This record gives sequence, C-alpha cells and structure tokens, in this order.
Amino acid sequence: MRILRELAHSRTGDKGDTSNISLIAYEAADYPLLARYVTAERVRAHFADIVRGEVTRYELPRLGALNFVMRGALGGGVTRSLALDAHGKSLSSALLSMEIPEDAR
Amino acid sequence: MSASRVVRLGTGAGYSGDRIEPAVELAERAEIDYLIFECLAERTIALAQLERQRDPARGFDPFLEARMRAVLPTCRRRGIRIITNSGAANPMAAATFVRDLGVTLGLPGLRVAAVLGDDVLHLARDGALVDEDGAPFEPPSGMLSANVYLGAEPIVQALAGGADIVITGRVADSSLFLAPLMHELGWRCDDWTRLARGAMAGHLLECAGQVTGGYFADPGYKDVAGLARLGFPIGEVMDDGSIVITKLADAAGCVTTRTCTEQLLYEVHDPAAYATPDVMADITRATVAQEEENRVRVAGVEGRERPRALKVSVGYRDGFVGEGQISYAGPGAVARARLALDVVAERLRIAGVACSELRLDVVGLNALHGDALSAGHEPSEVRARVAARCAAARDAQRVGEEVESLYTNGPAGGGGATKSMREVIAVASAFVPRESVRTSVEWMES
Repeated sequence: MRILRELAHSRTGDKGDTSNISLIAYEAADYPLLARYVTAERVRAHFADIVRGEVTRYELPRLGALNFVMRGALGGGVTRSLALDAHGKSLSSALLSMEIPEDAR
Repeated sequence: MSASRVVRLGTGAGYSGDRIEPAVELAERAEIDYLIFECLAERTIALAQLERQRDPARGFDPFLEARMRAVLPTCRRRGIRIITNSGAANPMAAATFVRDLGVTLGLPGLRVAAVLGDDVLHLARDGALVDEDGAPFEPPSGMLSANVYLGAEPIVQALAGGADIVITGRVADSSLFLAPLMHELGWRCDDWTRLARGAMAGHLLECAGQVTGGYFADPGYKDVAGLARLGFPIGEVMDDGSIVITKLADAAGCVTTRTCTEQLLYEVHDPAAYATPDVMADITRATVAQEEENRVRVAGVEGRERPRALKVSVGYRDGFVGEGQISYAGPGAVARARLALDVVAERLRIAGVACSELRLDVVGLNALHGDALSAGHEPSEVRARVAARCAAARDAQRVGEEVESLYTNGPAGGGGATKSMREVIAVASAFVPRESVRTSVEWMES
C-alpha cells in the first residue's frame, strides 16, 4: 500500500466554512490514476470525521490536478471555529495520507 | 500602446504580518513598476473598526508605518508606485498618516490617494443586502462592520490621477494587481479575457511567498532552500494578458510549475467560475510551463462577464472563546491527557459554565485530523486542549482556569499549562447590488 503523498502534492485554501484542497500529480502520467481513484466519494469518506457537508470534485487535466471543495469543513467557519487549525490549513496533509492500492488502475 | 509592452508587478506583502525585507529587496533591486501590499484578512476590518471607534485617527493596518518607512524613499527614487489595502477600516487616516510620513522622511510632492466607498454598514442596517440565494440578509446582532469587496476601477481612477501611493480599504485582492494592468495597458473594463488574465496574475501574486516556494516545502518530496530568506514574486504581464511569474535571481525560494499550480488553485472552488468584482475567470484550460529556471508562464485563462452583485463581509460580535492547554508525556501520556479532558468537562458542568460548544483535543494525536485519521499512532508527548464558546466572558475565562487547576487536582505529570480568553469577532458573507455602491478617491500631497 502506498499513500497519495508518493504521487501528488497538495495545498488547502479556506473561504468561510468551505475548504478546498488541490491534488496535483508530480508526473502528468499519474493524473489519470488520480482521476480514477480519488473520487469525491472516497475523499468524503476519508474526511468523515471532519467534513459535514458535501464534497465536490473538479478536474483540471491540463494542470494534472483535481480540486476538492468540501462544505461544512471548518467548524462553522474560520472566524468562529474552536479548532486549533481554524483555517484547516493542515487538511492537505490529511488528503496526502490517503492510501492507494498498488494495483489501483 | 505597443503590443509588446510589459508591466512588472512586485508583491510586497501577502498578509498584514508578513516579512518586510523581501519588499525592501524588490524595491531596491527589482525592475518593477508597482509594489503591491495585500494586508487584509477576512475579519481584519471588523477588528480595525473597533480600533477606529476608540481612536478616529487609527483603524488602519498597524504595520503600515514600518512598511512605508522601509520602502517609501526607495520607491520614490526609483519611480515605483505603491498600491495597498492597508487602509483597512480607515483609508483616509492611513493616507493622511503616509502623507505626514512623507513629510517626515523629506519626500515632498508625494501624491497619496485614498479609495473610499467599501464601507456599506449603512446599507446593511437598511436591510439592502441579500444572502447567497438572493433572500434578504438579516443583519446579525452585534454587527460591527460591513465592507464590500470593491473592484479595480477606483484604483485605476487613482492611478490615472497620478497617485504615487494608492491606499484602499476592502478591495478584492486580485483587483489590487489588476488595476495597474488596466491603467498601464489601457484594458477596457469589459475586455473579459484580458481582465481574467490580469485577475489571475493577481491571484498568483497576492499571497506573496506562497508562489515563490513558501508554504510549499515538504522535505524529501518538495525541497526549498533558503526559506529564511525567501524572495517575493514578480509578475510580468503583457498587453495580451500573458503572465510570467518570476523572482529576483539572487533571492531564495523557487518559482516552478508546482509552486504556481498550487497557488493557482488556492482558494478556488469551481475553476470555471472564479468570481472577482471585475470579471468571472475560468482556469479550466489554463496551462503552466517552466520557461527557464524560476520563470513560469501561465496561459490559457479565459474570462466572462463580471458578477452583478458584489460580495460583502459583515463583521459581528459572536461571544467569547475560552481555552486552556496542558502537556503530558512519556508512558501513558495519551491516557492521562484523555483523563484530563474528562475531568475538565465534568468540572465545567459542576461549575455551571454555560457553553454552546465544547471542544476537547489531544494535540499531537487528534487535534488537526480527528481520531479516525490518527488511529494507530501513539505519540510520546501530547497536549490536552479544551476550547469552549460562551456567551459570557466570565464563563469563557473559567475554561482556562479549570485546565490550569489540573496542576494540583488532575492526572499525574501535567506541565506547561496555558490559558486564554478572547472575544470572537466573526464574519458573515452577504451580497449587494453593484449599483448601490458609490466609490470615491480622496487626494493629499506631502
């Protein structure tokens, strides 16, 4: 089992109670695998403890990137949240910990 | 105007507390036409509004003086114009302050422009705002401020009037960068393709070091040398809206397709509809390409008509948050931290502390990503953290006090207790019809 960190890098942004996480393939050749395996449903399940709203996935094949928009992810919003990381800045690292089977295609 | 004309924008700050040396480095040595300082976070204006109520001469960015002292003489000498949203809740006071500073520094004839009109508290009180769905926006109780995200146009007006320094309050971050492009390159305000390219140039530049290797390093995967001396970005934009992101050759950091792609998608939701007050940008067909070391070209951004409504940030008082932390280490650290959290939760119940939300974290284990994602890890040091939202300041104060009392009443070996209490100034979003907003430019000269 490997984790997404081996294939991609990521950055989190915040707006209100919504977090967006990019997932960018290091190598263009790995983008199709990311696009097939890292679905909105899998990301929703991965963040089940944290995200209360829906997860939407946008595809940017020319950038070799996916963009996940997660609603209800920031404890009611950056300016209200009781969380240590109110912005959810560290969520990109959580996404990169997602396991991806060696035989995933 | 020549088709090959290039306008060069340097970023001097990506947030209020940003480093100052990288801006000095750009002012002194970069071939730039503009130095742009983005200094307003989401709730900064609400906090600044409170300061302005206490002192009518304040309410602008506290670092404005340090920044202007550091770059103003050099920018004046080299003909670099400055644009900043450091005016926060009081752009007039900020402009007056900078004019006076110009006098102090022996820089006569400095033309300072203040952009006004973002304060729409009167419209919010009159019920003229709407929510995301277009329904009337109910102003929250304890409303402190309402500021609309202005676009580039009033800044263009200030530049056309000959401003050496333009100081704004709330303006969309990207508009701070788009405005000088519109001014220098003569872009029309309905030239959606060019405006979108300029806006995304601004988007890439607005967080300063985040596109030159800051907020990027991951040792062994994404290595960046010299983060302690990180250089800030330079954007080169041509008349057709083509964008190159680069930096000073001898500044530390890096500009790569990877740093640029991370920043291009930063805080973007639907990449086909990135809304700014000036244009709706579409980056679904955008490309990034490394032209040479530390030079990345971003192309293929498209645009369409700007949104009809402008976004408004409404700041309001939202109660108090009390917090306490204490550390445990060694064998059984996690069990003792969990026991500590249970004890504090029970103590708050016994004491009748009224809180609408209580959060219990084991920092080092589950505070950032929750229990499921941290399963299987057993850290040797953790920190128990309690945070609670309370309507009353006294109740919030009690939270940290109960954590501190674990020293003599809680589990064994707790150390390093800290406590804090703060009033929460929260921000809600609303919208206002564009035609309800009136902007103006005020002038002063040293």
